[in-house]
Amino acid sequence: MLKGRHLIDPMDLSIEEIDEVLELAQRIIREPERFSSACRGRILATLFYEPSTRTRLSFETAMLRLGGEVIGFSEASSSSASKGESVADTIRTVECYADIAAMRHPKEGSARVAAANSRTMPVINAGDGGHHHPTQTLTDLLTIRELKGTLEDLTVGLCGDLKFGRTVHSLIKTLARFRGNSFTLISPPELKVPDYIRDEVLARGGIPFVEYERLENAIASLDILYMTRVQRERFFNEDDYLRLKNSYILDAEKLKKAKSDMIVLHPLPRVNEIAVEVDSDPRAAYFRQAKYGMYVRMALIMKLLGVEA
Amino acid sequence: MMTINAIKKGIVIDHITAGRGIRIFKYLGLDKAKFTVAFIMNVPSVKMGTKDILKIENVIDIDYTVLGFIDPNITITVIDEEKVIKKIKLSLPDRVEGVISCSNPRCITSIEQEVVQRFYLSDRKRATYRCEYCDEIYSPKAQEPV
Repeated sequence: MLKGRHLIDPMDLSIEEIDEVLELAQRIIREPERFSSACRGRILATLFYEPSTRTRLSFETAMLRLGGEVIGFSEASSSSASKGESVADTIRTVECYADIAAMRHPKEGSARVAAANSRTMPVINAGDGGHHHPTQTLTDLLTIRELKGTLEDLTVGLCGDLKFGRTVHSLIKTLARFRGNSFTLISPPELKVPDYIRDEVLARGGIPFVEYERLENAIASLDILYMTRVQRERFFNEDDYLRLKNSYILDAEKLKKAKSDMIVLHPLPRVNEIAVEVDSDPRAAYFRQAKYGMYVRMALIMKLLGVEA
Repeated sequence: MMTINAIKKGIVIDHITAGRGIRIFKYLGLDKAKFTVAFIMNVPSVKMGTKDILKIENVIDIDYTVLGFIDPNITITVIDEEKVIKKIKLSLPDRVEGVISCSNPRCITSIEQEVVQRFYLSDRKRATYRCEYCDEIYSPKAQEPV
């Protein structure tokens, strides 16, 4: 039962609850008009203490497409946070006005504080610093399920910054809970997945994984390629950066080696890690992924509010 | 071998890892005690090599959770009329509240004043605690636990 719950960490949801949200999202994709009044009379508060393009617009559009209304702020300077108000007090106030809230805050754990201070209003974590971003994970899962038809028995490649990328960690932890998946981790030595992912999630769970330094050596076996950006400042030395930087840029040449039904995902924003020439390839799914993000947020809002269509 | 008299009524905190006794002494506020307290350091021990022991000639309130967090090896013996009436073996608590603080500057606890610091045991074997808010591993500071 998801009604009245908060969503802070993707791991808050059981496999069955994830299935429930994705199933509803897929029903919305098929018949969006059936859901256009599902949240009539309901209000979503978007509390964004730092800028965001996709996540905030996606949440707001999701609520509007369900027939609901939206209130909120898009930066801390236009809220009482600029006067020193705590997250706890902001939530206690917003709860008087809205039925559900989506919050992004630069501090890690802020969403947990918000949830702890909301008595009746479900709080969705829309990103708490470099910590959790559960609706991005749900977006990734919906995209995979829509385009591959399953979340099981997949060879999932993750490429780029696997050390600091929160979306990567959440996706590994979540897909590791589904049967038969294996992981191909492609990164420079400095940006490998943290030990706790390798030891506590993959090795302890008996999940097969291999590590590569170069994308061109790994791409042929993948069903999914999840790209992330490698930032120059993350490298310890310039030589390594110059030696490896092109390995983490997906272009048409590298894509030739990939399976014809592989899909390329990216949490966006993209800078230069996917060449623009790849956008026209049918395997490029990252802009469709942004659209699926809206559908999965529609489903999540409905589930947490306990409304039916 | 040094001899310390047995106590009539009070508490013996035994099997303290050598060197940690002073933290427990401070945590329990025994420096201000008006009753007899014996703090014995580096006592030879077959099991532990050396250990610290605290003998307190008084019944005081002890938070076993905090003590277990400071040192899970501890044994507590409650004595009345020179007889052992209770023996408690401590272990690492699953949760620790309001005892230690998160050192992650990006954690919400660094700015949100009314938040109680909470940690959970993430790996019993390695005695690893993580912040309940940001999941940062607890790294002990010299002055902690208070």
